[in-house]
Amino acid sequence: MAISETPSAGPAKETLSACPVQPASADPSNAVVKTTRRDFLKAGGMLSMSSLMGTAALMTQSDDAHAAVEWAEHFQKNYRLMTAEEKAEAKARLERRYSAEYGKQVSVDTTDAQPGVLMGYALNIRKCIGCRRCVHACVAENNQSRGKERAGEKIEWIQVLRMERGKFEQEKMNHGYPEGLGIQVGGNAYTPAGLVLEGQYHYNPEKVPEADATYMPIACMQCEKPPCVKVCPVRTTYREPDGPVVIDYNWCIGCRMCMGACPYWARRLNVTNPVLPKEEMNPVTHYLGNRPRMRGVVEKCHWCLQRTRHGRYPACVEVCPVGARKFGNLLDPESEVSKILQRKNVFRLKAELNTFPKFFYFYD
Amino acid sequence: MLTSFLTDYTRYVLKGGTKFYAWMGTLSVFILGMLYVYYLQNTDGLIVTGMTSQIHDGLYFANLVFLVGVAAGAVTIVFPAYIYHHEGMHKVTVLGEMLAIAAVIMVMMFVFAHMGRPDRLWHMIPIIGIYNFPHSMLGWDVLVLNGYLILNFICGFYYLWVKYTGGKVNNKWFLPVVYVSIVWAFSIHTVTAFLISTLPARPMWFHSMMPIRFIVTAFAAGPALIILAFLIIRKNTKFWIDDSAINLLSTIVTFCLGIAIFLTMSEIVVELYARTEHANGLYYLMFGLHGLTKLVPWFWSSVVLMVGSFLFLIFPKFRKDYKVLPILCATTFAGIWIEKGMGLVVPGFIPSPIGEVTEYYPSFVEWLLTLGIWAFGFFILTILLKGAIGILLGEIKYGGAKAVAAK
Repeated sequence: MAISETPSAGPAKETLSACPVQPASADPSNAVVKTTRRDFLKAGGMLSMSSLMGTAALMTQSDDAHAAVEWAEHFQKNYRLMTAEEKAEAKARLERRYSAEYGKQVSVDTTDAQPGVLMGYALNIRKCIGCRRCVHACVAENNQSRGKERAGEKIEWIQVLRMERGKFEQEKMNHGYPEGLGIQVGGNAYTPAGLVLEGQYHYNPEKVPEADATYMPIACMQCEKPPCVKVCPVRTTYREPDGPVVIDYNWCIGCRMCMGACPYWARRLNVTNPVLPKEEMNPVTHYLGNRPRMRGVVEKCHWCLQRTRHGRYPACVEVCPVGARKFGNLLDPESEVSKILQRKNVFRLKAELNTFPKFFYFYD
Repeated sequence: MLTSFLTDYTRYVLKGGTKFYAWMGTLSVFILGMLYVYYLQNTDGLIVTGMTSQIHDGLYFANLVFLVGVAAGAVTIVFPAYIYHHEGMHKVTVLGEMLAIAAVIMVMMFVFAHMGRPDRLWHMIPIIGIYNFPHSMLGWDVLVLNGYLILNFICGFYYLWVKYTGGKVNNKWFLPVVYVSIVWAFSIHTVTAFLISTLPARPMWFHSMMPIRFIVTAFAAGPALIILAFLIIRKNTKFWIDDSAINLLSTIVTFCLGIAIFLTMSEIVVELYARTEHANGLYYLMFGLHGLTKLVPWFWSSVVLMVGSFLFLIFPKFRKDYKVLPILCATTFAGIWIEKGMGLVVPGFIPSPIGEVTEYYPSFVEWLLTLGIWAFGFFILTILLKGAIGILLGEIKYGGAKAVAAK
């Protein structure tokens, strides 16, 4: 296991995809909290507006729990500024709402970054066969909108670009073009040479891999110097101490500056209320990770915080049939990712932009 | 005194002929339409617009950028009036300030239209929210725009107040505020340019020419609109605006338009000579990319409008002919609206940073919302100009309220 460390994480790994219940966790704050009205009133020190609203919502005891809870949600603080109690309240509020909305017990994890962990990701560009199982596993795990009726209802965080493999035919190599007047250039000048960033995202072959294509999966690079974080006017997106760049969906104002700033096109906008069928909803969520989002906010890959904070692999790593995807702790010299960085030919995408991704591409 | 100012002012601006009511009524219809589509957009989401995750800034953002320029353009009146003591301009400075106020209000409405969660705007307010300053360029933009609104409000209404009460302008603090507002006008458009030119992810915008290009296009489009307003005022009210003011404005339009064309040309040469992948956005705009050509007619129509207007405007004969001038102003305004609006914003997203080419066209909701905001802007502008003219003419005066009402 790459990031180690919660003792109970091991067994959970195999069972989770089948089991809709939050795996046991060593972290007490992680247990599913069943808040009663008395607990709320006892919690004390509820000074923030959010806690007052939350209390009010619970005290009304209206049948319409959904609406009341939503109202309190409107006034909560930015996640990073919440006290431990406020986090617990926000968590309880969301769990109530989600459980009612999706008709099952939903847990919202608020586990913090573990000390001594810096997550890193490596992808073997040679091995990828373009099957896009990672894309689908990601959508299922992370509760993305998956509607089919309107184009904006479908959101995928991972893009697998299909790129034409350049053909350098011997006989064409020296054909001048354009002939006659103009600048003489060789025939190979107009042949794509493999990896240029002008790929096709919508490809539908019968079988992968195709003979004339190479594949380039892209998702959030979790930059060390993320341009998206710098431009955010309300600091709703930020880098967590263990690496991933996350978003507080309840604080995002939907201005989309971050989307304009991202050189990897990693961010997506919920242009409408997300389409997430009850039966397909993954009830094991993290506050900064895969909890259901709302209309008008931005979302993106967060390296499956709900899994990786408990020592599990992200869904895309787990599902990859060819083992092209590697994930681990960069601070641990013995982790798979650290070893790849030491021994393989590694590059970062668009390194010239000084974003310093923690997502590395490599080849054997 | 203040209450009498407010009642006199309101009474005056609400009174008008059939033409006035017809104009305001038409605008109101569009405003009502706007409210309806805004409701749609905030219940169903931005899916009712043409925007997607690939092209996530569209018509709203384009109009926002353009209108910041119109607001900044008001400085073309204030600057000659207070720095060069141009007499014709001095008489009408306050009208320029009113235009700036209306334009900034429209900008703010477009901000609301653009946002995915307008209900959370309070997250940006310091103390109760978080204001990412000085890192976020959008934070700077909010700061300078609000500042500009306040400055123009103070300058404009203080001057009107003094005229109303028949007192004297206190130049000790008034002039410094005016000078600050002149510099501030440049800042609003510079920062708006930085908003998009500081994103290396979007090579089409990522160059240092952007602020100056924004400013010269603003100083062409802004005064063009002002000239149109002035000619309408001359025709429909008793207020006379000197030829000298209009002639100076049309000269400013001409030369700023010339520089704008020069800068566009420079960009085209620099980008297309080497024709790297970073020029794909511009290439899409001019000729289309991978068979997608939606914006090509837009671009070339803007070129025709801008170059055509310029060729006429450089001859004083046409510039000083007040029958031809409004047409030239309208074409200049339209040309810049296209070039700096959709023509600048949309190709920044085409291709996307990972090389995808998609297209965008505004939906009906976007058009109606945009029209409605413009209608609202003109609604406010009409009121502001009417009130200002009334005071300048002496029709609204302290103690003279009864006379006005009796008319």
